Amino acid sequence: MIIYLDQHAVEVPGGITVAAALAYAGSSASRRSCTGQHRAPFCGMGVCQECRMQIDGQRRLACQTLCRPGMQVERSG
Amino acid sequence: MTTQAIVIGAGIVGAACAAALAQRGAKVLVLDDGRGGATGAGMGHLVAMDDNPAELALTHYSLGLWQGLRAQLPERCAYRGCGTLWLAADEQEMALAMGKQALLAEQGVASEALGTQRLAQLEPMLRAGLAGALKVPGDAIVYAPAAAAWLLQQAAGVTLRPATVQAVQGRQVTLQGGERLAADIVVLANGFGAKALLPALALRPKKGHLLITDRYPGRVSHQLVELGYAASAHHSEGTSVAFNVQARPTGQLLVGSSRQFDTLETRVEPAVLARMLARAVAYLPALAGLNAIRAWTGFRAATPDGLPMLGEHPEQPGLWLALGHEGLGVTTAPGSAQLLCALMFGNAPLIDARPYAPGRFAEGQAA
Repeated sequence: MIIYLDQHAVEVPGGITVAAALAYAGSSASRRSCTGQHRAPFCGMGVCQECRMQIDGQRRLACQTLCRPGMQVERSG
Repeated sequence: MTTQAIVIGAGIVGAACAAALAQRGAKVLVLDDGRGGATGAGMGHLVAMDDNPAELALTHYSLGLWQGLRAQLPERCAYRGCGTLWLAADEQEMALAMGKQALLAEQGVASEALGTQRLAQLEPMLRAGLAGALKVPGDAIVYAPAAAAWLLQQAAGVTLRPATVQAVQGRQVTLQGGERLAADIVVLANGFGAKALLPALALRPKKGHLLITDRYPGRVSHQLVELGYAASAHHSEGTSVAFNVQARPTGQLLVGSSRQFDTLETRVEPAVLARMLARAVAYLPALAGLNAIRAWTGFRAATPDGLPMLGEHPEQPGLWLALGHEGLGVTTAPGSAQLLCALMFGNAPLIDARPYAPGRFAEGQAA
């Protein structure tokens, strides 16, 4: 299926999480810290909060969200 | 001859005391056990509190000193002059707001009464139909751990040493492991940790919960506090919650507040957190749809009358106390430090020091 990562179309397999899709797309960075450093999924189970992203207009955890066709995923913030 | 001082505790109060002593030419050794206290756990709200004249005098004096530091504070201290909105749910609370305005004005603290519509314009995330608010524009926020570290760094003649103090007797300090230190002045500024060194101190722990959300910039602009906060803040028994939300410069919302006595259990208690959040959602309904990323607890060091102990220990000359700031230590640290130094060096403090005298509690309780 196609999802949009920072407005770029990415082909990913069905049934994977957004966190997995980030890795699949070649960079697992999920967001930036207050000082501008990259952050990426760490615990993979919804605890560490490092993979919070803007997903279809909502703040969500990439590791707890399954990809669906046409999903808009943004790394900003 | 140079005054030698030891300050125990590198939180905001200890750091302010060390900086004030250094300003007066003292050589200061700051000892801290690194366990962290109320400075790192609290909100960092710089607020004029008016529950009694002494509290207002110390908070107002301190806010002026923070204003003076503002231009020098590095960005990591995240100082923002956001002001406080004291929210009135109904006409009865609006009457309280007007009373508060009069009390603040007596000390020269400016405030502005806002009606329903003006409040809704300023903070559209608040639930509709609140009666209004009292806006105190001089209040601010600061990231207290960074401010404490900065106060220590910028002062000449201050050395910070990681060490655990085992005992204090007058001007003598014994470290874990047996090393003994002495100074002309010893300042105890380690919050509730002081109780372990001086068990008779009239300090009780008052547990609080806080929660922080993900970043949602632009949703809230002021520190928002319900007018019933003071009533909750001054309960001396049982568990109470009050609405208190701060917009961090990152756009995160820092949500409080709760109070519990006589527990030192550090874990987050879901039942208390749930009550606190239900209160917050009653004021900010859309908060329920936002993501929280962390919750934690901390302990305020509370005295029987809610005022700090600032002065020399009544029975141990050379040992000075800067303790019991409860939830206001970040606000009152600079004023407390100046007042304490004035007493140490025999100058007249700029505000009346008597309400904070450590010996004011019943014999055997304070010391």
